[in-house]
Amino acid sequence: MVQSNDLSRRTLLKGAASATALVGIGMPAIVKAQADVIRIGHLTPVTGFLGPLGEFAQMGVRLAAEEINAAGGVLGRPVELVIEDSVNPQTASAKAERLIERDKVAMIIGEISSASALAIGQVANRTKTVFINTGANSDALRGASCNPFMFHIEAANSMMVLAVGNYLKSENMIKGKKWYSLTADYAFGHDLFRVAKKFVTENGGEFVGEELVPTDATDFSPYLLKIRQARPDVVASNLAGNQITNFIKQYAEYGLQFPITGFGFDTAVAWGAGKGNFSGIWPLIWHHLVDSPSSKKYVEAFTKKYGKPPENQSWGDYNSLKIVAQSFSELKSTDPQKLAEHLRKGAKFDILKSREGYFRAYDNQMVQEMYAVRAKDPDKMKDQWDIYDPLGSVPGPSDSLEVLAPPQDGACKMPA
Amino acid sequence: MAIIFLLEQVLNGLLVGAYYLLIALGLSLIFSLGGIVNLAHGAFYAIGAYLAVSLAPWIGFGGAFFASPLLVALLGVLIERFFFRKFYRADPILSLLLTFGLAMIIEQSLRMIFGAAPLPFSIPPVLRGQVFVGDFIYPRYRLIIFAVALAAVTATWFLVYRTAFGRVVRAGVQNPDMVGALGISLQPYMTAVVALGLGLAGLAGVLLAPISGVHPAMGAEILTAAFVVVVIGGLGSFWGVIAAAALVGVVRGLTIYFFPPAGEASMYLLMALVLLLRPRGLLGERIQKFE
Repeated sequence: MVQSNDLSRRTLLKGAASATALVGIGMPAIVKAQADVIRIGHLTPVTGFLGPLGEFAQMGVRLAAEEINAAGGVLGRPVELVIEDSVNPQTASAKAERLIERDKVAMIIGEISSASALAIGQVANRTKTVFINTGANSDALRGASCNPFMFHIEAANSMMVLAVGNYLKSENMIKGKKWYSLTADYAFGHDLFRVAKKFVTENGGEFVGEELVPTDATDFSPYLLKIRQARPDVVASNLAGNQITNFIKQYAEYGLQFPITGFGFDTAVAWGAGKGNFSGIWPLIWHHLVDSPSSKKYVEAFTKKYGKPPENQSWGDYNSLKIVAQSFSELKSTDPQKLAEHLRKGAKFDILKSREGYFRAYDNQMVQEMYAVRAKDPDKMKDQWDIYDPLGSVPGPSDSLEVLAPPQDGACKMPA
Repeated sequence: MAIIFLLEQVLNGLLVGAYYLLIALGLSLIFSLGGIVNLAHGAFYAIGAYLAVSLAPWIGFGGAFFASPLLVALLGVLIERFFFRKFYRADPILSLLLTFGLAMIIEQSLRMIFGAAPLPFSIPPVLRGQVFVGDFIYPRYRLIIFAVALAAVTATWFLVYRTAFGRVVRAGVQNPDMVGALGISLQPYMTAVVALGLGLAGLAGVLLAPISGVHPAMGAEILTAAFVVVVIGGLGSFWGVIAAAALVGVVRGLTIYFFPPAGEASMYLLMALVLLLRPRGLLGERIQKFE
């Protein structure tokens, strides 16, 4: 029973502090290693607000390892994954070091948070280990923070903006229109908003509202009232992870009719919104409706294994491991320096799209096709995965893939 | 013109307050009557939401609305019987550790069973739509949450302050030994209190599942806010929690109106301010005298 109110009040305050600490504690999933295998480190957040995506990342990389090993492994050796929860930048950095020093991984795949990707990238550069970033979008990672051992299969923010921006232009949603944006208040959101605002204003749009939303916000109603008051022509989301789920659910709840679009997006968060809540035009690096033979095969294998279709995050991790396995086989070596050089020399890879992709030497960014999708009418959805229609791919078949890539503005200074 | 929009934010803040109240009420109840700081409260809220998503295809949203809080309350009976009972008189740090561990176990179990991705769930079609008062907009579903929160608060108040059951529970808070000497065993009463408190968390989970993402960390997301509301309201104060929930809703709404980046920080600033001026929370002191 309560002994005295004063003591209990302090206890309660301690409770409040512990409650804060409770957020973001994760469990490591360490796979014990054997000697004659090729070990690959995999780091993504599986707890916290990016957790849903991290889970898809792990599913993707596991499927790739399974397929590679079923086909005889790499250089006659099986691939073994060492999978960990990266949690936050500090933990990500410590775990990356441990994967390299203790588990002797050949390279590292993963990450979603731009801050954690930066931390892992620094470890990769220091230890001369290749790191392929599969989910962090910040342009800074490809600019001032670039390094020769950090590669990006994930699109930069500026690529996402261009991918969806082209469709918005053709729908007359930019020129002379009033925009209202909600932006996740951390590094990713700020970076995305900067690029998005530049694109929209250069194409004749105007921002009547630019709100920053803390990442721990779960109730969006005060923002929705402000949007309603501003009466914009377009509402743009630069939100992230579970924020997008909450936002589109409550946007539908308040019945606001202004068209929605977004510059950052992941299919998993829209699948999680529920019937009748999802609307708008959104960019994607890949989606499960992409019409290419290898993509269809991948969707089929993934759905068979996990009982649901893959989404864009699992695409990145699946392809990264396939790219690494293919490169090791071609090089007949798992030497990290050789791998980095091979990737930067412009080797082309089938990345489940109609055109092959390649890493460009300037900033190690994978240059590739991008997609946009439009939310389906709820009555036409066949099942819970069938939520959008593809709007096609950019750039057009005759254009160079480079038109989407971030500008080569000299921000990235790769040491020779 | 601006004043109208401010008023709209204030009224909306009161609606949002109902959302905070539903989550904080059970937490406050278990703490003030049992002395247990339940760090797993958010986890039971998440269980309520997951039960709603799992049951709704079979028994509809209406059925889930009654069934999931009830199931969470039944789970509460077990939790009380096997865990909480041992800690009422123990050092509070032990129950903190216990509930901290419980919260992690529940969150990871939800992740293992349902996956980390949010599960789709929507407002049932009949409850969709908006009500317009003048130019003000109120989603019908939020008004329903408000009504349910009011009903839950009234029923809880009646139970604790107007029934023989409540008298024993309140006497037990003051002096458990004397209650025992009078020949009343407190254990079934505490079981009921914990079941009620966790049932309220489950109720909040069902009600919020259609308008927020249903994912394993959803409990951890709201737990801190629930603690803030209880601390602002004042320890053991029934009305304090209600006042604090409304206040947090309104202050947050107004902060977002004027300076959105501080939206979530506003409730912590409010807590610091209240604790500086009234160290026992808004209404904590008055209850102290009353007791």
